[in-house]
Amino acid sequence: MAGPVLEMRSIVKTFPGVKALSDVTLTVRQGEVHAICGENGAGKSTLMKVLSGVHPFGGYEGDILFEGEVCQFRDIRASEQRGIVIIHQELALVPHLSIAENLFLGNEHARGGLVDWRETLRHATELLRRVGLHEHPETRVADIGVGKQQLVEIAKALSKEVRLLILDEPTAALNDEDSGKLLDLILELKNQGITSIIISHKLNEIRKVADSVTILRDGRSIETLDVKAPETTEERIISGMVGRDLDHRFPERTPHQPEEGAAPALEIRGWTVFHPIDQQRKVVDDVSIEVRRGEIVGIAGLMGAGRTELAMSVFGRTYGRYAGGTVLKDGTRIRTKTVPEAVAHGIAYVTEDRKHYGLNLIDTINRNISLTALGKVARRGVVDEHEERQVAEGFRKSMNIKAPTVFEPVGKLSGGNQQKVVLSKWIFAGPDVLILDEPTRGIDVGAKYEIYTVIDQLAAQGKAVVFISSELPELLGMCDRIYTMAAGRLTGEVPRAEATQEVLMRHMTKDKEVTR
Amino acid sequence: MSTDVTAKSPAPAPPGGKGPAAPGGILQLVLDGLRRNMRQYGMLIALGLIVALFAVWTDGDLLLPRNVSNLVLQNSYILVLAIGMMLVIIAGHIDLSVGSITAFVGAFAAVLTVQHGISWPVALVLCLLVGAAAGAAQGFLIAYLGIPSFIVTLAGMLVFRGLTELFLKGQTLGPFPNGLQKIGNGFLPEVGPNTNYHNLTLLLGLVLIAAVVRQEFRDRRRQQEFSLDVVPTRLFLLKLTALVAAIVVLTLLLASYKGAPIVLIILGVLVVGYGYVMRNAVFGRHIYAIGGNLPAAKLSGVKDKKVTFYVFLNMGVLAALAGLVVAARLNAASPKAGVNFELEAIASSFIGGASMSGGVGTVLGAIIGGLVLGVLNNGMNLLSVGTDWQQVIKGLALLVAVGFDVWNKRKSGS
Repeated sequence: MAGPVLEMRSIVKTFPGVKALSDVTLTVRQGEVHAICGENGAGKSTLMKVLSGVHPFGGYEGDILFEGEVCQFRDIRASEQRGIVIIHQELALVPHLSIAENLFLGNEHARGGLVDWRETLRHATELLRRVGLHEHPETRVADIGVGKQQLVEIAKALSKEVRLLILDEPTAALNDEDSGKLLDLILELKNQGITSIIISHKLNEIRKVADSVTILRDGRSIETLDVKAPETTEERIISGMVGRDLDHRFPERTPHQPEEGAAPALEIRGWTVFHPIDQQRKVVDDVSIEVRRGEIVGIAGLMGAGRTELAMSVFGRTYGRYAGGTVLKDGTRIRTKTVPEAVAHGIAYVTEDRKHYGLNLIDTINRNISLTALGKVARRGVVDEHEERQVAEGFRKSMNIKAPTVFEPVGKLSGGNQQKVVLSKWIFAGPDVLILDEPTRGIDVGAKYEIYTVIDQLAAQGKAVVFISSELPELLGMCDRIYTMAAGRLTGEVPRAEATQEVLMRHMTKDKEVTR
Repeated sequence: MSTDVTAKSPAPAPPGGKGPAAPGGILQLVLDGLRRNMRQYGMLIALGLIVALFAVWTDGDLLLPRNVSNLVLQNSYILVLAIGMMLVIIAGHIDLSVGSITAFVGAFAAVLTVQHGISWPVALVLCLLVGAAAGAAQGFLIAYLGIPSFIVTLAGMLVFRGLTELFLKGQTLGPFPNGLQKIGNGFLPEVGPNTNYHNLTLLLGLVLIAAVVRQEFRDRRRQQEFSLDVVPTRLFLLKLTALVAAIVVLTLLLASYKGAPIVLIILGVLVVGYGYVMRNAVFGRHIYAIGGNLPAAKLSGVKDKKVTFYVFLNMGVLAALAGLVVAARLNAASPKAGVNFELEAIASSFIGGASMSGGVGTVLGAIIGGLVLGVLNNGMNLLSVGTDWQQVIKGLALLVAVGFDVWNKRKSGS
């Protein structure tokens, strides 16, 4: 085998308050496809951003050697000049420009400030042939599917004389057919001598295209395995991804004892949802789950598994296009077509994205908390400000929201305190069922413990809790039962007693077969 | 728990009492209060400065009773529009059609009363209904069909201007019945003995003072009752004194001329009513919520479409009211009435603290913004500044006000 084309040595990257990468080493050989895998938050994307200059030189420690030279990239342009091109999860194409215009955006074939259309079209046609995309170069990007857009991105990379191609979860948004084509293209490019790094959650894809795989965990590089070696099984990779001690702490929980005969507080049957734009893609596919009063039920899954989409489409159809399924509350079928209907039936959804979907950042704590149930502090349409303030003060104390007064704009609070405000607002609505989507994302350990305690209390009060999380230890520590999802489907249901990270990860990385 | 909180609320300070406030204490408190509410008080102070400047430059003419009365009459319709516009902007939208609707409703009133001899109270109600219908039509397109408000109301601006001209056949139509004229020009009737002052206006001033003092004390008592933190006593008294003084001055000025204009009474009711709605009503809260973060408001169960619809319907009603006031004041409906009113109303809202991205602003802010423009107008008229320079200066005033706000926000690091 050829020698290394890229070496990243002892990379350390710190963000305020968080060490995203601590001592990561990555060696990629010339002409191979090198996979990087790890849990959400393991540091994969950060590492690639360091490599491509998104996080510029000086902001990290360690050395990057590309083709034997030390590189100090100040920005993406600098890394692209060396032939390192990254294709992000969110495509960076301008939808209303043509394929050809997108291919050479910022890099136009031009003479004296005027675009040379003849050369542009000629070159574009050639690039499209190389990636196997049979579209006219003057087609608008908005008019082709996501799969083809992905190919345009790769063609764009090729136009920049790419020597190292980085793909960040390239198949996350694609259907099976498009994924297959894309993976074939990566192998084809490998035959043409282009080295690739592919970040992926899907172990079957890694087995198909990769030569070696580097596993990251908690910001560290754990090991690099030879994928073609017989001892590198999917089990082996999984144990590398999750093999850490439980370093979080959770409140003591007495597991829920199911009541005899009582109907589940919330039951979802055969729920199916299509992607809002890509009408062909099922984002949630025939999912059935249930949760009982006093129970905490987890939903585990990697990015793109459809957990948030499931929750939001059930909660007032706020995501995608509904294509079937029913919701039952305490055994009776209910309508949840709008948010007010869902709220009236005692369902609350606490979003994973508190800044965009959870809070009005420019408004104060008390007004954010009261918004979901203003009627409770209002008489005949008029809000009693004093009562509202008192309610908010109550939550400030009971939830330990760190703010001088409840008149503080929530935009000025820390992530953990913002999360407490979002939780307060939904607890104030007085629901029977709480769907918590990544309730501890991006907050520090101390605040996490406080939030676990609140969740535990809610269950003890007889509320039914659905706990969506990407952090497996958190699910293992809190849940009575854990569902797993992958690619929009339910892939497993694991009781507390049998749940381990390995078991869950095996279900979460299943792509095709469904075992229930 | 209660002991913990009562410890926080300061005991009523004895006169000249001790406490952390040293000799410069009150000043310190005032400055702290200002700093915390820069947005609210900044423009009030600017308004005060502008008034003071023009009072000096015009040798006091600005504050002559007759001129103050004029100032109110001249600006009333813009202020009515500014209240509605503030709601629209807080909700994250814009309304360019209000000037045209103003003209349209004026024309409609003229056709009803002058051409068809319909009695003025009936015409008044019909006019408000027409405004509501115009607002509802635009609100429907914006809220339920999702057409951007800028486009819908730009179209509305052209449509209603055209309809006005069709209605009036390019002519000016007047005069209006006496009752209707009063809305634009009238004053409260004179009653009682001759006191050199307008008696009813004085009485009204006294009632207003009593109401304000009662309300402020009640508010404060309720806060203490709920064992919440309250404003320090001395700052509270200072604020109350300033408020009462302002009412006294305005009352005396108006009472020494013809008394309080009827349109001022209407305006007062609107300010109090809308201020209350925006602060205390569920509807008002929902307007702030959809303007501040629409996705979050939707996910919180706010019926965003319904709220948007009613905000535009309301704007239509207020535009109709403004149209009646303008027509009554000019005692004629003209096809060119209300030109650029939408821009004045929008400028008033932004000077008064609204934000382009929505979610921010107060009714009182819109009034203050409108008064800043109004005093500039009036003051420059008194100084015989041409309309050319007046426009330049008003444009700069808008830039300075919003620029200061942006700078102030960046400085506070939000």
